[in-house]
Amino acid sequence: MSAPTYDLGKLHGGLRLQAHKQMSTAEPIRQVPVPEQLILPLAQHAGDPAQPVVRIGEHVLKGQLIAECEGSLCAPVHASSSGTIVAIEPWPVSTRHGDSAPCIVINCDGKDTAIGADENCAAYDNLVPEDLLGNILLGGIAGLGGAVFPTAQKLMQATTCDIEYLILNGVECEPYISCDDALMREYGREVIGGAQILMHALHVGVCYIAVESDKPVAIQHLGEVLAEIDDERIAIKMVPTIYPSGGEDQLVQLVTNREVPSGGLPSDVGCLVQNVGTAAAIYNWIIKHQPLISRVTTITGDGVATPMNVEARLGTTVGDIVRFAGGYTENAEQLIIGGPMTGKSVTSDRVPLVKGTNCILVLSQTPSVRPEMPCIRCGDCAAVCPVQLLPQQLFWNTCANDEKKMRSYGLIDCIECGCCDLVCPSHIPLTASFRTAKARIREQADEKARAERARHRFEARNDRLERDQQLREEELARQKETARQAAPDAIAEILKRKQDAADED
Amino acid sequence: MDMWTAVITISLIALLAGIALSYASRSLTSDSNKLVEQVNELLPQTQCAQCGYPGCRPYAAAIVESDVAINLCPPGGDNTVQRIASLLGKDTLPLAEQPRPGRIVAVVDEALCIGCTHCRSACPVDAIIGAQQLMHTIIETECTGCELCVAPCPVDCISMRSLS
Repeated sequence: MSAPTYDLGKLHGGLRLQAHKQMSTAEPIRQVPVPEQLILPLAQHAGDPAQPVVRIGEHVLKGQLIAECEGSLCAPVHASSSGTIVAIEPWPVSTRHGDSAPCIVINCDGKDTAIGADENCAAYDNLVPEDLLGNILLGGIAGLGGAVFPTAQKLMQATTCDIEYLILNGVECEPYISCDDALMREYGREVIGGAQILMHALHVGVCYIAVESDKPVAIQHLGEVLAEIDDERIAIKMVPTIYPSGGEDQLVQLVTNREVPSGGLPSDVGCLVQNVGTAAAIYNWIIKHQPLISRVTTITGDGVATPMNVEARLGTTVGDIVRFAGGYTENAEQLIIGGPMTGKSVTSDRVPLVKGTNCILVLSQTPSVRPEMPCIRCGDCAAVCPVQLLPQQLFWNTCANDEKKMRSYGLIDCIECGCCDLVCPSHIPLTASFRTAKARIREQADEKARAERARHRFEARNDRLERDQQLREEELARQKETARQAAPDAIAEILKRKQDAADED
Repeated sequence: MDMWTAVITISLIALLAGIALSYASRSLTSDSNKLVEQVNELLPQTQCAQCGYPGCRPYAAAIVESDVAINLCPPGGDNTVQRIASLLGKDTLPLAEQPRPGRIVAVVDEALCIGCTHCRSACPVDAIIGAQQLMHTIIETECTGCELCVAPCPVDCISMRSLS
């Protein structure tokens, strides 16, 4: 069944934004050549950083493991091309946590020699799901939609629940970004192959590929591939072009009409959502034995000469990619990694392309910062909030730093989509204040947990000391008792000995 | 006759009230213990003894039972003082001593450690491990940054490091 279906659930709020996508989707995906230097951060995923397994000066091949998993939430890192490790040092990055992070720097030799793929994994059907998941873990795959949650761990978590639907997220709702669109147009087979692997791994019977209605070419191509493969478990669902319909929970709501509970996961309502790029990466790893060393990304905006979609090796610097796309235009002013709504503005183009970089946006003018004015209680923010929160109430509570109120008004459910910012007539930076408040709440919770543990350890130590003291006292008492009992006999013996001695005299 | 009715009624009421009161005094014991627990909840549990009491719970007990000042806990900061004040209905006071900013932990210079175990017995949360005559180290995740291990070290190999 390849025709897209429309039977959808409802999404609250959201906005129709100007898409700005045509400029980058005119041309097919172009391959960025091997750069001179690759910078591979150890933490390209959400969770603990990977640990390097190579030394400075070592020669590595394309696809070779250079940093392995340590910790429960982690994804390994592979060399994106062949070359020599020249440094393992902090480097500017564009992740959310800080501006610099430890990276492995490779000077490429230009030969791009690949490490020999020794096993043939193509017959994944024979693998039991556990082995398949273990295999996926080794591929270094993390969610390519932008959240970069390690895929293997997400799947392992999902195996503990009863999953009914696998949803592939091809809804690229944020303006400017078109890398998933381009990927679905050209790598439909990989996407659908990845879906089949995921369905096998999790014993899921139904897969929906959700694509936004403004991507007819992608829908057509996926339909053709589906018709060819003839897998009736997979269907395409067309979702309306509303921002943020591509948010994980929003998509579940749209596709299945089930609401993900507050603080819960899609798996709580029997769904697993994966980005289409992640599915393609899983296919490339399991079938072609290529770990995640490159990704499709959009380079766009009116500050770049020829906007386009490119496939670049992870670790290529943003500057190299911009040069490949014809360089900056004269009026380029702002460089954003990610989209205009959720992306992060960076000050240097030395930052590398990482697993989560879905867009490099160069804008000609920085959006004018309009003066913030008092809230007039118009309620527009509540009308557009896709999670049905009350941003104005939340804003009061964040200003008052009232943790209990913030929680009860559902701050942790805010997906930081930025819709409320856009509609606010008083230009209040709502999302930014929610983001800091969330970080603060998380910090406080951590502190509380630490205090609780310290108290527990302190009490355990006091108990132990008391027990030791008691044991010592008991031992002492026992010794005293023995001595006391033995004493009369001993004294009698001594007296007797003395008596004997006197008698002998 | 009327008099006796009154006497019996009053005696019965007194008896019932007595039973109720004795039950209440037994089952709803004084709140002092509970209050100590509540104050203890608010303290940061660093067990640093900077307040002059050997740990957070003893300080909580002192606050509740002997009316000790509530601003003696630098690691808790102004927030803790405010919370305790609002719990006990007292006035907030400025901190007696300013806290160090950020989270700090102790670090053992392992090359210098002689394995005397003095720091190990000083640690209130058992965050130091190491056998006698062998190198000691600190479990960073469990360290509360109380600095109680710094003074006992005979070779001065423990220093405090900021984690931020």
